[in-house]
Amino acid sequence: MRPVQYNENSKVTLAEIPEGYWGEGFMTTMFDKAIGAARANSMWPLPFATSCCGIEFMATMGANYDLARFGSERMAFTPRQCDMLLVAGTISKKLAPILRQVYLQMAEPRWVIAIGACASSGGIFDSYSVLQGIDQVIPVDVYVPGCPPRPEGILDGVMKLQEIVKNESLRRRNSPQYKALLNEYGIQ
Amino acid sequence: MTKEIIQERLNQAFTGAALQWAEPWGMLECTIPADQNLAIVTFLFQELGFQFLTDITGIHYPEQEGKELGIITHLHNLKDNIRLRLKAFVPVAAPDIHSLTSVFSGADWMERETYDFFGINFVGHHNLKRILNVDEMDYFPMRKEYQMEDPTRLDKDDEMFGR
Repeated sequence: MRPVQYNENSKVTLAEIPEGYWGEGFMTTMFDKAIGAARANSMWPLPFATSCCGIEFMATMGANYDLARFGSERMAFTPRQCDMLLVAGTISKKLAPILRQVYLQMAEPRWVIAIGACASSGGIFDSYSVLQGIDQVIPVDVYVPGCPPRPEGILDGVMKLQEIVKNESLRRRNSPQYKALLNEYGIQ
Repeated sequence: MTKEIIQERLNQAFTGAALQWAEPWGMLECTIPADQNLAIVTFLFQELGFQFLTDITGIHYPEQEGKELGIITHLHNLKDNIRLRLKAFVPVAAPDIHSLTSVFSGADWMERETYDFFGINFVGHHNLKRILNVDEMDYFPMRKEYQMEDPTRLDKDDEMFGR
């Protein structure tokens, strides 16, 4: 029989469990920490891939730079079932209302990552037809620079978003600062 | 069917129009009067076998008074493998020209794009409205008097970025 190697030198990292009080068969922790950990480690992305950054995002989803390790196993291409909107690629001014509509259809809590130079600021396309950064129409949490960014860069952006999500307060979506932010974009 | 035969037949059929011929880089090119473009294209389609419309596009020469906007039509005779370029110039004050949609249905979107970017009015087009730009845009971006760069950016220094 061939020798079988079990997980002796396993390099798999598990997500950390939030600190709490452990007892016989139970563990108590704070809602914030438990929910933050749950949300951060199971972010379902909505890929809004338009051009070259979309290809890099496809590479990130592939087996080599696996995005599913971080909990993004299911890329549901519907805004109703996703929590993070990944805008990858050049957004033209004609597409901007559609992007806004997709963002409005997402349910709270929702986060947005702008992948690449074009989504962050218009990139090299300083022109009459290209939207100079998606933060002109929707609020953005993480910007990933690059043209296109390496898959490691996109993963770094996702990990930074995970940090944001883990430490986000549960009351944030009802707070006046958040409402003010949405008002700037004209979103109710 | 050679380029000489095409030149002869067109010159014979349209003796009144002053057709100017040229052959830059080996491709036959003809500058035609704008009001006869439909007649010439129909003749080319039916008699000389130019049954493939490659492209319709526009160009803007602001220094040519009275003939600023050009409509450039590329035709291709697939049977004899001959390409032909037709150039028609219209003034910017009245940029009207016949639409080729009665001959080629592919001219539909090509003319909409040329209208979108240059403001050329294709008479006879059934649905001439903007196709690639935002519908509310009120100017024609590819005309030379409008800059290419986005006008709402405040953070870019004009001298450094050559805007």
